[in-house]
Amino acid sequence: MSLFDHSIKELEGKLHNKEITVQDLVEESYKRIKEVDGEVHAFLTLDEENARRQAKELDESPDTSASLFGMPQGIKDNIVTKGLRTTCASQFLDNFHDPLYDATVIQKLANEKPITIGKLNMDEFAMGSSNENSSYTPTRNPWNTDHVPGGSSGGSAAAVAAGEVLYSLGSDTGGSIRQPAAFCGVVGMKPTYGRVSRFGLVAFASSLDQIGPITRSVEDNARVLEVIAGHDKMDATSANVDVPKYTDALTNDVKGLKIAVPKEYLAEGVNPEVKEAVMNALNVYESLGATWEEVSLPHSKYAVATYYILSSSEASANLARFDGVRYGVRTENADNMIDMFKNSRSEGFGQEVKRRIMLGTFALSSGYYDAYYKKAQKVRTLIKNDFDKIFEEYDVVIGPTTPTPAFKVGEKIDDPLTMYANDILTIPVNLAGVPGISIPCGFSNEGLPIGLQVIGKHFDESTVYRTAHAFEQATDFHTKRPQLGGSN
Amino acid sequence: MNFETIIGLEVHVELKTKSKIFSPSVNAFGSEPNTNVSPIELGYPGTLPVLNEEAVNFAMKAAMALNCEIATDTKFDRKNYFYPDNPKAYQISQFDQPIGEHGWIEIEVNGKKKKIGITRLHLEEDAGKLTHGDDGYSYVDFNRQGTPLIEIVSEPDMRTPEEAYAYLEKLKNIIQYTGVSDVKMQEGSLRCDANISLRPIGQEEFGTKTELKNLNSFNFVQKGLEYEEKRQEKVLLSGGEILQETRRYDEKTKETILMRVKEGSDDYRYFPEPDLIPLYIDEEWKERIRAEIPELPDARRERYVKELGLSEYDANVLTSSKEMADFFEEAVGHGADVKQASNWLMGEVSAYMNKHLKELHDLAITPEALASMIKLIEDGTISSKIAKKVFSELVEKGGDPEKIVKEKGLVQISDPEQLKEIVNKVLDENEQSIIDFKAGKGKALGFLVGQIMKASKGQANPPMANKILKEEIEKR
Amino acid sequence: MADISKEQVKHVAHLARLAVTEEEVEQLTKDLGAIIDYAEQLNELDTENVEPTTHVLEMKNVMRKDEARQWITQEEALKNAPDKKDGQFRVPSILTE
Repeated sequence: MSLFDHSIKELEGKLHNKEITVQDLVEESYKRIKEVDGEVHAFLTLDEENARRQAKELDESPDTSASLFGMPQGIKDNIVTKGLRTTCASQFLDNFHDPLYDATVIQKLANEKPITIGKLNMDEFAMGSSNENSSYTPTRNPWNTDHVPGGSSGGSAAAVAAGEVLYSLGSDTGGSIRQPAAFCGVVGMKPTYGRVSRFGLVAFASSLDQIGPITRSVEDNARVLEVIAGHDKMDATSANVDVPKYTDALTNDVKGLKIAVPKEYLAEGVNPEVKEAVMNALNVYESLGATWEEVSLPHSKYAVATYYILSSSEASANLARFDGVRYGVRTENADNMIDMFKNSRSEGFGQEVKRRIMLGTFALSSGYYDAYYKKAQKVRTLIKNDFDKIFEEYDVVIGPTTPTPAFKVGEKIDDPLTMYANDILTIPVNLAGVPGISIPCGFSNEGLPIGLQVIGKHFDESTVYRTAHAFEQATDFHTKRPQLGGSN
Repeated sequence: MNFETIIGLEVHVELKTKSKIFSPSVNAFGSEPNTNVSPIELGYPGTLPVLNEEAVNFAMKAAMALNCEIATDTKFDRKNYFYPDNPKAYQISQFDQPIGEHGWIEIEVNGKKKKIGITRLHLEEDAGKLTHGDDGYSYVDFNRQGTPLIEIVSEPDMRTPEEAYAYLEKLKNIIQYTGVSDVKMQEGSLRCDANISLRPIGQEEFGTKTELKNLNSFNFVQKGLEYEEKRQEKVLLSGGEILQETRRYDEKTKETILMRVKEGSDDYRYFPEPDLIPLYIDEEWKERIRAEIPELPDARRERYVKELGLSEYDANVLTSSKEMADFFEEAVGHGADVKQASNWLMGEVSAYMNKHLKELHDLAITPEALASMIKLIEDGTISSKIAKKVFSELVEKGGDPEKIVKEKGLVQISDPEQLKEIVNKVLDENEQSIIDFKAGKGKALGFLVGQIMKASKGQANPPMANKILKEEIEKR
Repeated sequence: MADISKEQVKHVAHLARLAVTEEEVEQLTKDLGAIIDYAEQLNELDTENVEPTTHVLEMKNVMRKDEARQWITQEEALKNAPDKKDGQFRVPSILTE
């Protein structure tokens, strides 16, 4: 049994009783990484020396009261860390050894004294659903390494599933936390847009991006979100709304909870095994005293097109700063300015990133703005209105996180549209800005995890956590572990 | 064929807030390269802009002073273009909802007044500074990146380069009064691009325009436009066609030189800035800013003429800078005679500033000291000639004129007995002049007065010395 | 309007400052064409009276006070620069375009 089979609360107790030390926890991480990361490829950069030094310092510290004291964490590599290489899994930032500052979430975490083990693999600049767009070795699914871990936070989900860290941070623009959490059988939360500061998150699509925790349990997840949530003066889009104590919401009581189940989320295209797992979950909720009804989110089918127009447009501007002037890799093949820009970018970016920059540049260009970008912004309003209407009558929306369990490596990489369609159930949540969590709710015949998505009202993460927690406590899917590296 | 000239101006003004528009970095001119920067100015991955409230206030103030309507709903947009001095490869600017629109200012050329329309005034961030080394490389300093900037676009209402010059002078004057910018062209806190086209008189539609860039002074704007006016006329008269070009004015050859021909319009792919929240400017906010705008130059000038009795000319010169006008009013407030104060400021004070290339606040003299010196002249304690000595002391070292006069023994001699003595001594030494005077040579009297002033080290009270001289000379 | 030509793809690549080979132009023309075709479905919806959403939360007037602070040094500013000299970032001459 791994130390990471325990919750943060349990490990806190063990540290307190001196059953274990912080150094034990850190060694557990690096030991496991040595065992399995050659197969999983979850990490891009390890911070071993610092982590060991900090662990020693914490073990010597008399004050152990911080809420994440000594907990080994992994950080998605698009969240900037001062003095620690941050690449976004792109060759463009291969040499970006010191981003000069810490993201707000990193500062907030640091106040609670966790230990950063390293930086986690992802699809380049968070563009992808399989991790195959990492410009380094793509991460594999710990449950079956022939399969993808999902993306873009594939490294973050796989590292937690494989027991390499206790928890991790990911980012979610169209499902990038929830989809890999579902594929890897862990808990992944995308908070309300504006709940967690984006300062220091390398922007993909500014109006959709959110940082969130990936953990093995709902309780741990709530605990990490408590730390990273809250208003930030450095991010104008961060909301000045009080952060409740999410762990207090885990009452195990869902009596009278009103659940909406969109028929579009169980329509054709959703794998029967997934459908069955979700229906079983609804039965569990009924047995716990909640009620559910089928509803409609009529504009769901337009979400993918809307998302790809909007996110690519924003990305085309957000990624324009990678020009080879101030940081990153500059081409050696240019003697004038325009060629310097063009060649640095073309050599530094992978195929999918270029494809999306092209799409976004096109959608914003003169003569097409109204037809594509503005049109998509209007459809976004309709999709948001769908949710607003449902939430007038229901407490949460429940459905599958993904239409299928983890697909095979290489299965969809050549067809962008099929790959994009995989995000159809997670994208509407980002467009509406509401919070959504994915929790394990079953396994396919092949033994791959299936995720249940619980979606809540703006800033009502508490209800989402309460709902997710009650199901988790009534089932044992979250206690299952992948067989990897011969141990566990 | 006779042509009519159409001129429109785009003016950029840097706002002198303490920090940058979207980051807490210092907003200052003349620092070591890349020292007033942060990861935000450098466009580091993950950084975000947060709007400086004072930049909005300053932009509103300028817009109001230029008679613009202030938007209630306004927002920022991204303007996308790649350039080494543009670190995000987009400039945060305002596209379809500028903070101010539909303004105007009044100019006067050859005694004729004319209103020039202002299409829009919007708020944006300045870019870094790119310089070209002689080693075949270019260099970027990002200190200027993120300086709050307002862009003021005029209507194509000007018909002569002279009007363009007058517009710029007036615009600068008004903005300077609001205190939101130093408006110094030599430091780049005011920059101007000019659009000019010609059309046959009577024709309604505009001709093709050229754009003049890199104009380093108002004078060069006028000169460049004058050259461009002639060049375009020549092209059109010879049956040629004006191309949509960007040109620059060469100060040495006094010509405009082609920089590039524009092909179609630039595609900046503007879209709403998702990182910044829209602004809602309610009446209360507008009124708060309106109340902070000081009396503007036109109003002051009118008041100086109507209430203080100054000539149009004097009022114009005094109000040409807020600093001068404020100094003037303060001196008058301390009891200085209006006409005297105006004369001293326009005369000695301005001459000193021009000679030493200094500004009013660099001088040691205070409005109170000027007033007190003027009073000493009026009550006869010192002569205007002595006053000049006192002034040079005041302007260099400052201090209290009364004390200076006493300490340096500069008090005027007004005692008749003492003056009589000096006069007689001078007369004794200049008998030929007495003869000349009696022979009807008026000039001789002037010479004698000069000698008396010299003998008294300039301290003789001139009218009294004159009177006594005449009396004593009659006695001989 | 769903069709996108190779010429358009080249123009867009230039706007985005991406160097593309003929092969890539070929592939991108195909990929973008398919995605844009797919996006045509949005035209099924009548959005004439629908306001576009830029910000999903309704907030107004988020600003900071005008306070300045020093954050990084010149050395740090230039730390990750691919090329630098005398406190400045060095780039190929823009005059030789």
